[in-house]
Amino acid sequence: MSTVTKTTNIAHDHDHGHHDQSEIKSFGFWVYLMTDLILFSTFFATFAVIGKNYAGGPGAKELFELPFLFIETMLLLVSSVTFGFAMIAMKQGKKQQMLSLLVVTGLLGAGFLGMELYEFVHMIGEGAGPDRSGFLSAFFTLVGFHGLHVTFGIVWLTVMFIQIVKMGFTTGVQSRLERLSLFWHFLDIVWVGVFTFVYLFGLI
Amino acid sequence: MLGKLSWSDIPLHDPIIMGALGSSTIGAIALLGLVTYKKWWGYLWNEWFTTVDHKKIGIMYIILAGVMMLRGFADAVMMRAQQAIAAGGNEGYLTSHHFDQVFGAHGTIMIIFVAMPFIIGLMNIIVPLQIGARDVAFPVMNSVSFYLTVAGAGLMMISLGVGEFANTGWTGLAPLFEKEFNPGVGVDYWAWAFQLSGMGTLLGGINFVVTILKMRAPGMSLMKMPLFTWTSLTSSVLIIFSFPVITGALTLLTLDRYLGMHFFTNDMGGNMMMWNNLFWMWGHPEVYIVILPAFGIFSEVVATFSSKRLFAYKSLVWATAVIMILSFTVWLHHFFTMGNTVNVNVFFGITTMLIAIPTGVKVYDWLFTMYRGRIRFTSPMYWTLGFLTAFVIGGMTGVLMAIPGADYVVHNSVFLVAHYHNMLIPGALFGYFAGFSYWFPKMFGFKLDEKWGKRAFWGWMIGFLVAFMPLYAVGFMGMPRRAAHYDDLSWQPYMITAAIGTAIVGLGIACQVIQIVVSIRKRESLVDATGDAWDGRTLEWATASPPAEYNFAVVPVVGDLDAFWEMKENGTAYKHYPVYADIQMPKNQPYGVIIGGLALAFGFAMIWYIWWLAIASLIGIIATIIISGSNDNDGYLIPASEVKRVEDLRFDRMKQAAKEEENEKSSKEEVYEYSDKNN
Repeated sequence: MSTVTKTTNIAHDHDHGHHDQSEIKSFGFWVYLMTDLILFSTFFATFAVIGKNYAGGPGAKELFELPFLFIETMLLLVSSVTFGFAMIAMKQGKKQQMLSLLVVTGLLGAGFLGMELYEFVHMIGEGAGPDRSGFLSAFFTLVGFHGLHVTFGIVWLTVMFIQIVKMGFTTGVQSRLERLSLFWHFLDIVWVGVFTFVYLFGLI
Repeated sequence: MLGKLSWSDIPLHDPIIMGALGSSTIGAIALLGLVTYKKWWGYLWNEWFTTVDHKKIGIMYIILAGVMMLRGFADAVMMRAQQAIAAGGNEGYLTSHHFDQVFGAHGTIMIIFVAMPFIIGLMNIIVPLQIGARDVAFPVMNSVSFYLTVAGAGLMMISLGVGEFANTGWTGLAPLFEKEFNPGVGVDYWAWAFQLSGMGTLLGGINFVVTILKMRAPGMSLMKMPLFTWTSLTSSVLIIFSFPVITGALTLLTLDRYLGMHFFTNDMGGNMMMWNNLFWMWGHPEVYIVILPAFGIFSEVVATFSSKRLFAYKSLVWATAVIMILSFTVWLHHFFTMGNTVNVNVFFGITTMLIAIPTGVKVYDWLFTMYRGRIRFTSPMYWTLGFLTAFVIGGMTGVLMAIPGADYVVHNSVFLVAHYHNMLIPGALFGYFAGFSYWFPKMFGFKLDEKWGKRAFWGWMIGFLVAFMPLYAVGFMGMPRRAAHYDDLSWQPYMITAAIGTAIVGLGIACQVIQIVVSIRKRESLVDATGDAWDGRTLEWATASPPAEYNFAVVPVVGDLDAFWEMKENGTAYKHYPVYADIQMPKNQPYGVIIGGLALAFGFAMIWYIWWLAIASLIGIIATIIISGSNDNDGYLIPASEVKRVEDLRFDRMKQAAKEEENEKSSKEEVYEYSDKNN
């Protein structure tokens, strides 16, 4: 075989490697999200098993208020929409618009988190803390685990905000933002499950 | 300041613990002293601790597994010695509380800190080489995975001297492991060691799925992947589906113990059986996580040393995939006696028996690969043949216990202990040993000494049979597992026999240690100059031994299942190119060591309620993740000239070796001619 064909092969190989890198990262992140979903489903399953074990304590009907939850849920759902618009702004290269949309997203997420914390504190104050019954243990763990994810999402969002300001839309920053957006929408989907399974089914 | 920790937590009054602690501390200090004296710290830090090279990480995994195996074996010796003497009026030399900790530590160590790091180490070294890749998909994350496992192992070792270990077995036992019944730190040591290494494994599973699916050399379709790569893939898929469950279950237990929640308690709405379900939903796939890659190793070894293409490759792949799926449908057979309805037990009994079918397919495939092959009886082949004979016995006892009615008779007896050791020692461990001696020249550039390798095999094989066959019998006689003491004197002869078996296994282990020492001393004569130590069939043998940092100077194009064999047949193997291209490689990073160290501090702090340290190390971990995640410049270029220099060197070495071989041959021929004349 001649040297010429070989070097073209090598050159091609080189390009190939660069092209794949962000695709590999995004595929890896999808796999991670799947593992996280299994972790969530472990907690969902736990809730399914002991979610009615009130142990003489308060049950779902005494504790949950639908109007409050509606607002909380809307905050998170709208934050997903604003994040979607932020990503469109990024693709159009509009840095200022992107940054302000990220701020709105972060604030909505923080609002959701604040309402959740208020609900938790309120419940614990009423004597319905996580150590009261199997139901409440499962409730606080599932909902709290989701809240913990939102917290990490907000931390990540803050880091990305700083990176955009400092580094601009580099390939690395853009690919990380793509993954953060996957993560944020993922939390939204999980919340739909939590809302339906824990709150709505509990109130029926 | 130090939480619950005080001087009284160090068991100074116990001569056995202090002896073990003293000798391991002296050993560690001697090792550290040697490294400092020889000024090896810089070398170790730059070349090994911060490395992101999959081959080096793999070697470190195997070293970790080896060290932990010695500890786990020491636990085994203690248990066998106790049960050999603690009959009738004799209470033995261990208190029952100490004995309880020993069997928990033995199980946890052997599964989580021996089997897992050993096989993940082999996967690390071999999978990228077999698929023609230059590294795994996420090299830095790979290093983090390793150090999380190290952190877990560190907690295991610390538990030896500071505080105590869990007395609830390696599987945990609800509600005995709850705070109410177990206020000490033992269960917390177990849970955190388990949790940290489990997270490392989970990240490793993601890494390997992505590596295998996305980074194969051009031409290597899924059905052209070597069988070890296939089994590594299925094993990784099992990891990403099952490890989140144990992460979740351990989190729930932690919440029970730290925040007084009620998941596995017997009151206030908890559910004890939920622990068994969650644990074994992970635990049963885990058995296949450790055993499937060993099946892959056996497949590679059998094909190579029979000098034949693997018999019915496709059926082996399908059997592997079927086992992968079925392994999620059998977890309930671990507790048929928990009081399910008959139909539930029947369902899980049938699915359990079904697994015997694909496993049987594999056994026949291996046998038919050997049939009419030119078998070379090397030590990897010894391990494989030993596995085939012993594993079939274990498989049959497994099918026996899959019948719920029969299981009621032997549940929690030492019959079960015999069964799962019968599966895991020949099935998993012999496979790793086969893989270790098969790929040793690939890792270090020289083969292992065959004579000591075969002695090690016989020690293990005979020792295993002598140690575990009596347990089947005494299990039928009704002896329960995990007994620190028993009154029935008719069991004692069996237990003494088992203890003798353990001593024979000890001889096998001694042979392995000697084998490594002897091989290092004789490395000149055992050298593998070509990179193809065994006339191999798959791509890892196309690289140098040990491979260059970038593995392949030119990424190979694959046309066949036995890619390297085909190249050798076509004469396209060992191509020496006049020109090479630059190669982009990931840079070494300290993030793995830092995260592992902080995770160890975090685990220790949580166990002892040292809250400030827990918070500080958690913040440290998050900060490290943010810093490492913001780093885009993590690669560097190996210039084409450097690639050429390394490759030229390799080909010179090969020519040299070929010449030497020729000389040897011709001198032998001369001798033959001479003797012919004399005749």
